[in-house]
Amino acid sequence: MIFNKNDINKLAKLNKIIVKANNHQLFLKKFDKFDYLSPLSHIFATRKGIFPHLKQLTVNMAFVKNFARLIQILSIAMLVNLFSNQLLAQDGKALFSQNCAACHAVNKKLTGPALAGVEERWPDKAKLHAWIHNSAAFLKTGDAYANKLYNEYNKTAMNLFPQLTDKEIDAIVGYVNTAAKAASAAPAAGASEAKVQEADNSLLFGLLTLVLAVIALVLLQVNSNLKKLADEKEGIKSPEAFPFWRNKSYLAFAAVILFLAGGYMTTRGAIGLGRSKDYQPVQPIFYSHKVHAGVNQINCQYCHIGVYQGKQATIPSVNICMNCHLAINEYKGEKIYNEEGTEVNGTAEIKKLYKYAGFEEGKPWDASKATPIEWVRIHNLPDHVYFNHSQHVKVGQVACQTCHGEIQKMGEVKQFTDLSMGWCINCHRETKVQFKDNGFYSIYEKYHADLKNGKLDSTKGVTVEMIGGTECQKCHY
Amino acid sequence: MSKQHWQSFGELNNSDAYKQSVNDEFQEQLPMEAADNGFLQTKTPRRDFLKYLGFSTAAATIAASCEIPVRKAIPFANKPEDIVPGTANYYATTYIQDGDAVSILAKVRDGRPIKIEGNDLSPITKGGTSARVQASVLDLYDTARLRFPTIENKEVTFEEVDKAIAAEITSLGAAPIVILTSTIVSPSTKEVIAQFLAKHPGSKHVEYDAVSYSGILLANQASYGKKAIPSYRFDNAKVIVSLAADFLGTWLSPIEFSKQYATGKKIDEKNPEMSKHIQFESVASLTGSNADERFLHRPSETGAIAVALLAAVNGQSVSGVNEELKKAITKTAKELVENKGKSLVVSGSNDVNVQIVVNAINETLQSGGKTIDWSAIYNTKQGVDAEFATLVDELNAGKVGGLFVFGANPAYNWNQSKKFVEGIKKAKLTVSFNGKADETTQLCKYVVPTHHFLESWGDAEIKTGHYSFQQPTINPLFKTRQWQDSLLKWNGADSDYQKIVKQYWSTKLGGETAYEKALQEGLSTTGTASLVGASFNVSSVAAATSAIGAYPKVTTTELYLYQKVAIGAGEGASNPWLQEMPDPVTKATWDNYLVVSPALAKTLLKIDLTNNGQADAYEVKPPKHVVKITANGITVQLPALIIPGTHPDTVGIALGYGRVKELGKSATADDGNPLGANAFPFASILNGTVSYSINKVDLSDTGDKYPVALTQTHNIYNTAQGNRTEVMKELTLAEYKAKPTEILEEREEEVKPYGGLKNFQAQGTIYPNSMNDRPGIKWGMSIDLNSCTGCGACVVACTAENNVSVVGKPEVLRGHEMHWLRIDRYYSGEDLDNPKVVFQPLMCQHCDNAPCENVCPVAATNHSSEGLNQMTYNRCIGTRYCANNCPYKVRRFNWADYSGADSFPDNQKEVLNDVVLDMNDDLTRMVLNPDVTVRSRGVIEKCSFCVQRLQASKLSAKKESRPLADSDLKVACQQSCPTNAIVFGNANDKHSAITAHRMDNPNRLFLSLEQLHVLPNVTYLAKVRNIEEEKA
Repeated sequence: MIFNKNDINKLAKLNKIIVKANNHQLFLKKFDKFDYLSPLSHIFATRKGIFPHLKQLTVNMAFVKNFARLIQILSIAMLVNLFSNQLLAQDGKALFSQNCAACHAVNKKLTGPALAGVEERWPDKAKLHAWIHNSAAFLKTGDAYANKLYNEYNKTAMNLFPQLTDKEIDAIVGYVNTAAKAASAAPAAGASEAKVQEADNSLLFGLLTLVLAVIALVLLQVNSNLKKLADEKEGIKSPEAFPFWRNKSYLAFAAVILFLAGGYMTTRGAIGLGRSKDYQPVQPIFYSHKVHAGVNQINCQYCHIGVYQGKQATIPSVNICMNCHLAINEYKGEKIYNEEGTEVNGTAEIKKLYKYAGFEEGKPWDASKATPIEWVRIHNLPDHVYFNHSQHVKVGQVACQTCHGEIQKMGEVKQFTDLSMGWCINCHRETKVQFKDNGFYSIYEKYHADLKNGKLDSTKGVTVEMIGGTECQKCHY
Repeated sequence: MSKQHWQSFGELNNSDAYKQSVNDEFQEQLPMEAADNGFLQTKTPRRDFLKYLGFSTAAATIAASCEIPVRKAIPFANKPEDIVPGTANYYATTYIQDGDAVSILAKVRDGRPIKIEGNDLSPITKGGTSARVQASVLDLYDTARLRFPTIENKEVTFEEVDKAIAAEITSLGAAPIVILTSTIVSPSTKEVIAQFLAKHPGSKHVEYDAVSYSGILLANQASYGKKAIPSYRFDNAKVIVSLAADFLGTWLSPIEFSKQYATGKKIDEKNPEMSKHIQFESVASLTGSNADERFLHRPSETGAIAVALLAAVNGQSVSGVNEELKKAITKTAKELVENKGKSLVVSGSNDVNVQIVVNAINETLQSGGKTIDWSAIYNTKQGVDAEFATLVDELNAGKVGGLFVFGANPAYNWNQSKKFVEGIKKAKLTVSFNGKADETTQLCKYVVPTHHFLESWGDAEIKTGHYSFQQPTINPLFKTRQWQDSLLKWNGADSDYQKIVKQYWSTKLGGETAYEKALQEGLSTTGTASLVGASFNVSSVAAATSAIGAYPKVTTTELYLYQKVAIGAGEGASNPWLQEMPDPVTKATWDNYLVVSPALAKTLLKIDLTNNGQADAYEVKPPKHVVKITANGITVQLPALIIPGTHPDTVGIALGYGRVKELGKSATADDGNPLGANAFPFASILNGTVSYSINKVDLSDTGDKYPVALTQTHNIYNTAQGNRTEVMKELTLAEYKAKPTEILEEREEEVKPYGGLKNFQAQGTIYPNSMNDRPGIKWGMSIDLNSCTGCGACVVACTAENNVSVVGKPEVLRGHEMHWLRIDRYYSGEDLDNPKVVFQPLMCQHCDNAPCENVCPVAATNHSSEGLNQMTYNRCIGTRYCANNCPYKVRRFNWADYSGADSFPDNQKEVLNDVVLDMNDDLTRMVLNPDVTVRSRGVIEKCSFCVQRLQASKLSAKKESRPLADSDLKVACQQSCPTNAIVFGNANDKHSAITAHRMDNPNRLFLSLEQLHVLPNVTYLAKVRNIEEEKA
């Protein structure tokens, strides 16, 4: 390729602009969360390192280099853009489940209205933001729709979310929109949101792949036809034509694809066997963690007494329930709903407890008459796994929510994680141990020294993995 | 010095079969037709292939479409305050079995006792246990236990039986009632019995021991005026002489004696001194195997030897014994006299005269108040044979109205059991309180089973002033009632036994608080610390000596009845853990047999062990010659085992076998006949006491063969670098004193090609060793072979702690035993008739450069940063490459579904025998440790260094935010060891016991097969034998 001087100058200018953009971070300002700058500069640095002789190349080559760089930056920027959108949507999902899911569903009325179509109902975004930030204050402004909503939902005040930024609220709305759309598209209403999202992209990619495949096929056909023509012209006899479905290469290709796809799906299915994420059985008593741990702020350890002491957190015995419920015999709090959205009579549930306890109101309770409550077990680890609550909660200072989700917002408990080994291991890789605070770790003199002299990154600290926390016989024996 | 150590005769002779067996990883061929025809030529018809394919697809589909079952989580209704589900509690209690009493802790997990540990506070056992104590927890869950009271084998309620017996007692009128028990160590029970007897004038209480100690009791009465057995202090003795007393295995108080004995065997490297132990015996015992010097004699010569020894220590001439013994006795006497006041002579004989002479020897040696302590006497053996013989006569004369039996089982273990059986039929009222339908219980009309000791309240005065308490650790599993409560009820008392125990001890210890503290600690001691002698009455000695002089000279082959460490007098016969534990001396499981010497084997069995072909024919195949044994007019047939160290004119038979099948599957052979044969009828009454040696026995080879499951030749396997004899190191005290660094130099020599000891670790491999700079914990174990007596407590403890499967006799025969920890018995020296014996506990060595790890195709076994060789069962696909590559042969393969862990019950059918199936009963499975995975078929398992305990110990330290301490953990084998031979801990900790153990003993330290550069984490201290001469 030959370029004239002007071209080179133009490109040099462009290059400068890009460099400037880099310096001022203009380019990446909107992606402030994602620091792609450093890996990018890293790539260039290594390129220079690897090809020092590039400097001595001709101007032409310099142009080519710059051009290449431009393309690289542009394409990466595009990728980043693509990614960031997706990440924002994912953020929306996370934000939704953290903040809204306790009272709202996308397509279902819970404590609050279904959120699908929220954008249409709130044409003014500013109002929506204000409502979410401080619903009580917004109600006072006398907004008609807000007041109607408030009355419709039995004057249950919406929680205040001053910590959510407008952007984050938009992300939630964005998520609600995609989820709502997917739900209306999918025949099964209960399809999980994650699947909806995946379908979204995979459809696109699928179409793209299909188009590309068709083009490739056509091109191949054209190519072979041309070759045939050329051969005929040169007098080479072509082998007898036969349909492509009898072409061995096509068949082999199809077989490989089928094998890979089938294998992938089988493996995925097999891995998922026996896992029960989101398992939420109906319990003999509708026991709401939201009421106990959330609203009434009862410490987890009050009932789960084993959690600091032993292997099992322990499900409280009837006498622990009765400590409080001897006095508390009716439910007066916020309305509680089960997973289907129907209201649960809290007082009736307390009466169920009394039945197990053998307690008659107004009479002294004889604890020996109590019978145990047969709860349905939710978290099941295989027999060959040893898990100890005190190790994690007392020694590791891990919050209950890390593994059990936002339990203080759950009505009936559901399994928050899949409890797979990969999930365990990942956490063990990333989690810091209480290295300086716990005297046990004083024997790891080398790590203490390394932390001091900076050989070990003190922000990353000593992870569970570094003290052998991912070895087989830490959990299997 | 390099002594030749050998485990088997083949190894001694280097026979063809031995050479073959050391090259085969597994004892048997793979069960494939391919083995004969070549793999490609096998016929697997297409139809079969399609069948299997179809089945597996269908099975996979069904398995995959199964829904996850709904599991329930049921909490307590009312949670007791001190019980946290999933966390073990320890309760102090007392093991009481036929008079033997040991202070223990019961580990109770979720309401089930699952493990027995020694009680460290006990001044007697000091935390030690024995195999039998360790296994006793399994008896609690024995499916053969009696589950309800019966009248003539019909189930009744307690009310019905109480009513019936009350009526029977009234109808007896003046006819006396006899309460027949094994020795009662419980003071409160004695009170209950006294109350009962007081209400029934003319009645009496007879104590009866299965293996009698009458001889020593009566001799002490004659010598010291006390019908009692004093405390022995082996720890104070520099010279210990035992005349056939198996004091480390079965005699009187073996745990206590092992503890004491080991203190004299521990060597301080800076000042190497140790006690000397000389054993005179006829059949190789555990104690004899540990002796520094061991002399063989005929059982009939015991008396003559005692008399000769007495003469020798008194400086008189030795006579009445053969030349060889004369020399031995003179030498022994010299040692004894040189250590007056620091020596001890004990005898296992039940002959009053022999024991009187032994008393006289001890008197001459001034043992009283030094190695013999009369301040505390044993209450564990009180039966006097003459009293029981009188009872049998009375029964036969019809003089006894009622017979209440607890613990005692004379229908099985009295030498004239027929006479007893006839007699008991003449008693009007017969009641058995025994927990199982043993031989005597089957003869009783009323059976009111008592609790297992772990379900009972109680107490024991083991020795004067040493009290030990029993508290229940589990609710009674069945409709049983403590026998004291039954007695109280029938006596019309309104108090129950628990209250009586409480009252008794609250009064005695000074208040309820003191009682509760004692109950919590499990014991209370009021004895004095000072040792006391007793005045000796010389007058009886002359009579005893002359009586012995009149004993006939025997020239025929003699029979000696002994007890096995695990089975005892039959107490362990129904316990699968004990039956499967290889006998320390013979390495046989699941049977009793005739023990013959190599010399007798030549004439009797026509087997010359020095002849390769004959030795192989005997040794390689499990079936052994069956010999017909006739003595005292009784004939039994038993297989013969050739055991070096047996006197050429003596044969031995273990007691405790030939039980009724009602005792459980373990006491029954697979063909439904009793396992082994009962040897008690061979015994006879001599001078008023039971004699366990028989002067004349006729033996004849029947020509039949019977397989005996010996583990002796299992797990032998040569490595490419050399054979396995270097696993052991041994030297004499004289050598050691002359050249303390001998072992060190030997090691240096072995690893010289790889850079010497200093550079060995780095230069012995091309790979970098990453284990060196790991911070934190590095687990290590060290075993002092000088302390180890080979008693097998650790083997059973390991089985209990780690859910090790019982595989049954047929599987042991195939070399499929599962023990994670085995005790190898090595003979050393060329003397086939009386070789030296060394025991070496061998478990996974947790090599830092482990050969097993790098051959596993699925990384199911790998190394942890703490130095553990980890085994992950769920990853294992059963290639057994690891077992193949292990130079120590400590990996075990689950050839069948021993534990019932597989989901298809048919996996066990027709493969495993009743014993194994019985171990998988819901009741028996209650003994399983929930912290340890139950392994399924097709996976390898091995010693994990009790990783569940290690993890728990780290957790307890972390919870308290402090570094790990030695006191945080004891692994199961270490905990059970009665001699503290095993030390375990964090080798990276400079202040830990394991570091001290290794640093303090640099000269005796060795690694098994060190030159292989597998870098084990288990170290050994070489065995030192206290003898002057060395015949190397």
